[in-house]
Parts: sequence; structure tokens; C-alpha cells
Amino acid sequence: MSYLHFAGTLISSLFKKPYTTSYPFKPLEYPERMRGKITIEIEKCIFCGTCMRKCPAGAITVDRTNKEWKINPFSCVQCSCCADNCPKKCLHMEQHYTTPAPEKTEEVFDARVPGNTQNSGNSQPAGK
Amino acid sequence: MGKRTIVPFGPQHPVLPEPIHLDLELEDEKVIRAIPSIGFIHRGLEKLVEKREYTEMVYVAERICGICSFGHGWGYCKAVESLMKVEVPSRAKYLRTIWHELSRIHSHLLWLGLQADAMGFESLFMHSWRIREEILDIFDKTAGGRVIFNVCKVGGLRRDIEDSELQGIAARLQRLKAEIKTITDTFFDEPTSVSRMRGVGVLTKQEAYDLCCVGPFTRASGNVIDMRLIDTDGCYQDVDFQPCISTDGDCYARCRVRVDEIFESIRIICAAIEKIPAGAIDVPVKGNPPEGQFFTRLEQPRGEAVYYVKGNGTRNLARLRVRTPTCINIPGLVKTLQGCDFADVPILALTIDPCISCTER
Repeated sequence: MSYLHFAGTLISSLFKKPYTTSYPFKPLEYPERMRGKITIEIEKCIFCGTCMRKCPAGAITVDRTNKEWKINPFSCVQCSCCADNCPKKCLHMEQHYTTPAPEKTEEVFDARVPGNTQNSGNSQPAGK
Repeated sequence: MGKRTIVPFGPQHPVLPEPIHLDLELEDEKVIRAIPSIGFIHRGLEKLVEKREYTEMVYVAERICGICSFGHGWGYCKAVESLMKVEVPSRAKYLRTIWHELSRIHSHLLWLGLQADAMGFESLFMHSWRIREEILDIFDKTAGGRVIFNVCKVGGLRRDIEDSELQGIAARLQRLKAEIKTITDTFFDEPTSVSRMRGVGVLTKQEAYDLCCVGPFTRASGNVIDMRLIDTDGCYQDVDFQPCISTDGDCYARCRVRVDEIFESIRIICAAIEKIPAGAIDVPVKGNPPEGQFFTRLEQPRGEAVYYVKGNGTRNLARLRVRTPTCINIPGLVKTLQGCDFADVPILALTIDPCISCTER
């Protein structure tokens, strides 16, 4: 037994680089398989509604009549079930998380709006 | 006879990561009796089985606990697969074992850190969690998430790990072994740490058996109770698993058992990676769970967990019941607290590795 058993580890730690990442000054590196925020290539979507039926959290709403695809990213549990089951493979998981927001907003992707491939000011508060 | 006092301990306490309340009846500095109470974070997850389809319930089952999330997903799938008479492919069994044993390493490293923190050994706490971070990185790279894996499904797995990646994991674990040894040896060699743990909260073999204790808590008292010995849904029979046992029954022995289990888990993972067969990782599962019921058991990092499912022929199960290891270890904790010093209560409360989220679900 020795009181100095841990001293070697402690002293060597002084000469090592910090183990943590100095976020936000240095961007975080995410692994390739990371399950992040869900995004859709709306022009490929056929509005079959499989993602809506498979979503265990009920975060996705598909409106075939109005060609709208909505997701509440704050309800999404990032299980990638929708992306795995999409017949057109138009759903993807991005390598970053949903940006925090003061309000739970739904993201609306409207296929009738040309070039609306992302949530471009089309968001609306969830449940309203 | 000294003065009797009742001191409340928890649910908010610096050493407790999760809320459990103990009413400690003291006579001077000695604890005469401890009365536990839980129920602060009940979420009613089992009830959700009536609203979620049996395939969707895996995601809920994984959220029973943030530490042994994979184990709960596996336990639930195992019960449903047995009910539906689905045979999981061999590769999936190996991969499930690898992920589960990685979870065990990360759980035990987390516990070691908390134990060091409870003793006031901050640097040891930091270093234990630094190593744990490496295991979380492996989860992140293989499953895509650090805490919730979402890889288990009824019928197998949703994600495979490539053989080259598995070799990388084995090499990484071998490299970590030396670092873990340096950290864990401190628990057993440092006189301050030993004096806080040696002879504290002794639970005899018979007492542990009578109180139905499970996991490292009972193995530290000399009971050879480990579900991995009789497991057929993992690959434990192929990798020559040996349970880690100690006989002293004190805090030191519990720490020793958990540390030994870290090294045993590394050995199991490396052996499984060597023997893993090629092939499919899942089988298609069609239909609904039939009418009937099934019990299954799984050795979680904290001990044996029991999963009960009852099917009614629809897509929703009629009942899901999970009995978690912490739940069954609380009587053992109460027993060890009798007669201990008041200052040892935080160490003893941690010694069962309490997971109250699991217990209350």
C-alpha cells in the first residue's frame, strides 16, 4: 500500500493534452453513424406515410393531399426508424443535433414550394 | 443508551445520482434502522405497452435506464422472441453480447467514479470517467448514440458492426486494460480508500441469499449467482465465462468484484470478437405475439433483471413487467445499514450501485 500510488497518473496528466474538446471554439466531430436530426429530400418523397406509421414517437405528419411533410424535431427520439423504412430513401439523419429553441416548433416541408428542401422560415409552433 | 434521532437522507443528496429517501434512525453516531422510500420518479413505462405496438415498445424499454439501456432492450426483445418462438441468428447473439458487456464496463466505471467521488477522491473520479468516455465513444461509433442505442429489435439487430471495426474495438480495449488497471489498483492500494471500504457494511453469504440479493452485491458475499452462467441467448457458453466472486461481503469486496468484472468483460468481448460468425443479423418477424406469457432473465451490470411479457394476440402486448436489480437489492442495503456509522451511509448507499430510474420505471 502506498499513499503515492496515484501520484504517477496525476503527474503524467499535467503533461498531456486536455482530454476534453474546447467546444464551442473547436467544432465537435461526430462519428459517421451518428443518429442526429432528421432531414428529408422532399422532391423524392412520394408521401406514402410509412415514416408516419413507423415513428414510435408520433413526431411525423404526412399530408398527401397538400404534399406536406412535417416533423416535430423535439418529439423525435432519433431512432432512425423512419429513415430505415423509407421506400424512396429520401430521409436522412444529419450529423448534428436539433438546435435548441425556446418553443417546440414543427418543421414543415412543402413539395409544392420549389426548392423547399429545408426548413426555410416555414416552421410553425407544434400543435397550433 | 444514547440519544435517538431520525435523520432524513435523500432524495436530494450530493452522493446520490438518483432520488431514494432513507429515514435513518440513529443512536449517537450509529445507525439502528433505515427505512427506505422510493417513488419520486415513477414514469409508468410499463403501462405504455398498451398503447405502443410490440415492435415500438423496444424504444420505450431501452429508456427504462440510461446506463443499462441496451440490456433492457435486449431483455424485452428476448422475452418477446421467446413468446413468438423466433430464433435469433448467431451473429446477432454475439453482437448483443459484445454491446451488453461494453455496457457493463461503462456501468462499472461509472460506479467506480461515483464511489471515488463519495469518498472525496475527486481525481480518481475524473480519471474513472475519462476511461468510461472511451467506451461511450465506441457506442457512438458503432450504434450512433452514446446512451440510447436503438440497435435491438425483435428478431435480431438493426445495425451490424463490421469485422474490421470489431478488431479495432478489441485493440482499443486491450490498450485500455493497462489504464483501467492503474485506476482500479488505486482503490485497493491507497490506504485512505481501503480504510473507507474494508470491513464496512458486511453482508454474509446466508444473509445475501435470504434477502434475495442479486448481481455484484451478492457475488461479493460469496454467492455464485450470475445469469450469464445459464444464458443461451448470448454467446457466454462459447467464450468460457467465469463469474467473479469474493467472500468478504464488505464494500471492499463489492468494489473488487466490479473491478474483476470489468476485466472479465474485456476478456469476453475479445473472445467473442475472435469467434464471431458471419451471417445475417436479423430474421423477419411476422404476425402478432400469440396469447400466452413468458418470463426471462438477464444479467444486467447491477444484477439479474426479470422480464415478463403477456401476449393477447394483438399487436399490443397485454402486459410488460420488469423487475430490476436495484429493486431487489434495497432490502440488502437496509440490512447493511443496520449498525453502521452515520458517516459510512453514503458509501453504503452507493455500494449496491443504485439505479432508481430502473426501479421505478
